[in-house]
Amino acid sequence: MTTTISGTEINVTEDGYLTDFSQWTPEIAKELAKNEEIELTDRHWEIIKWIQDRVNAGEALSIRGIKKSGVLDIKEFYALFPGGPLKLSTKIAGVPKPKSCI
Amino acid sequence: MKNLVILGAGTAGTMMANHLRPKLSKDLWNISIVDQYKTHYYQPGFLFLPFDTYTEEQVKKVGKKFIPKGVNYIQKKIEQIFPKENKVQLEDETLSYDILIIATGSKIAPEEVEGMKGKNWHKNVFDFYTYEGALALRNKLREWEGGKLLVHLTEMPIKCPVAPLEFAFLADSFFIKKGMRDKVEISYVTPLSGAFTKEKSAATLGYLLEEKNIKLETDFAIERVDNENNKIVDYGERAIDFDLLVTIPTNMGDDVIARSGMGDDLNFVPTHENSLQSKDHENVFVIGDATNVPASKAGSVAHFESETLTDNILLYIDGKPLKEEFDGHANCFIETGKNKALLIDFNYKQEPVEGTFPFPGIGPLKLLKESVFNHWGKLAFRWIYWNMLLKGISIPFVSRNMTTAGKKLD
Ligand SMILES: Cc1cc2nc3c(=O)[nH]c(=O)nc-3n(C[C@H](O)[C@H](O)[C@H](O)COP(=O)(O)OP(=O)(O)OC[C@H]3O[C@@H](n4cnc5c(N)ncnc54)[C@H](O)[C@@H]3O)c2cc1C
Repeated sequence: MTTTISGTEINVTEDGYLTDFSQWTPEIAKELAKNEEIELTDRHWEIIKWIQDRVNAGEALSIRGIKKSGVLDIKEFYALFPGGPLKLSTKIAGVPKPKSCI
Repeated sequence: MKNLVILGAGTAGTMMANHLRPKLSKDLWNISIVDQYKTHYYQPGFLFLPFDTYTEEQVKKVGKKFIPKGVNYIQKKIEQIFPKENKVQLEDETLSYDILIIATGSKIAPEEVEGMKGKNWHKNVFDFYTYEGALALRNKLREWEGGKLLVHLTEMPIKCPVAPLEFAFLADSFFIKKGMRDKVEISYVTPLSGAFTKEKSAATLGYLLEEKNIKLETDFAIERVDNENNKIVDYGERAIDFDLLVTIPTNMGDDVIARSGMGDDLNFVPTHENSLQSKDHENVFVIGDATNVPASKAGSVAHFESETLTDNILLYIDGKPLKEEFDGHANCFIETGKNKALLIDFNYKQEPVEGTFPFPGIGPLKLLKESVFNHWGKLAFRWIYWNMLLKGISIPFVSRNMTTAGKKLD
């Protein structure tokens, strides 16, 4: 399905994840973050960029991967994206959420 | 003489021995297979053991029975692989190989989470991914008087990713049958954002948890098990109480992979997802749960992989290019309780959808829909496993690559 965010029409899944990463822009990220009541700081942008790089390199994101990355620790990850950091950070970064087979 | 060595005589290794022995000349190729244990377990049966649906005898057999004549079966622990020297060190001998097949599977690693394998392990904190865990849980369930049951999944990937959900569904049926469902609160706790994370599955199966009155706790990344207060706690300090915790601990490849310096963070071996050749060594191939390919870790997947891998080993021996053929095909039954089950058939690219299987438009099995017939399919899988899968016999009408015929696609 499609939706319009900050004036641009984008393709998203039912639960609001971008299906086409090329449509992602920082403006869209800001809007998506606002919907989750998150104000994006410099640190958020660093993490978003890091997540995009990992996912686009074909890696599966996981809490374990974050822990081993040395980029940030899990407590900080929770502090930046309260409640469900993997779910929220991937949504804002415009990459697919971590999934199971069904 | 040349040597082909298979590491692990579980589902995948046993299949490869059966596929390859008739295809490789006995005058040219020795085949050896190594496993530390005498017993071969039917792991899908571990789902049923806790509920007294299967007996111990139904899930284990002597492994050697399934290894074909002309294959050298070595019951020893594998200490280390030296891929640069084409050698494998066992507990008291060293094997040289021309071709190596790694099929050492994956196993639970409860020590990865603080307190999980603590003083309450197999007392009120259980796994059912091991024979010992499933049996201990069966004994517990026989006498348990009820309370808060958590069915918990630590992190992905795990083998048979649907097993924890199936466990929750079967637990609901089990307690109804025992006349004590009102005494048990069942919650499903997952690090993912839902019990169903794929769009089609979420849309068609979302009703299941509600119907069975199973509570859902999502986005729970466990940090520790608090054994004093019987709680699990996540990194955000969210805590969930339990009386009985049934957890799927972190799944990892065997330590021998780490000792050999051949694995990723979780000891899975980097493997080409379409050819099953290892990424680092051209004469090393990897199959089953031991790979890092983004397919489900399941016996059915190992079965489809074994057909491609057999062809590729023969091509490799002839010095020809390998088939980039394996598509991540998986075919799994999902028990939903009350003698019903679902069936899913999917691959790397195609998520599970509704339809009929294996005959388009006819079935008799239904995809992504509950039916009694699917449940018989799950029970028949045990027979198929021992009598066809392990022996490397193709399942009639089910091909190694997934077909879209009979599937409802948009
Ligand atoms: C509860 C449960 C339910 C499941 N349900 C299903 C299902 O319904 N359908 C389905 O298709 N799949 C199911 N599976 C998954 C299936 O059992 C596995 O995917 C399959 O067994 C993988 O085969 P494998 O050969 O890769 O690994 P395994 O069968 O685990 O074999 C690995 C072998 O390597 C040996 N080994 C490892 N390291 C060493 C060492 N250092 N030295 C010597 N030997 C070693 C081990 O002893 C073992 O025998 C289920 C699994 C579980 C746990």
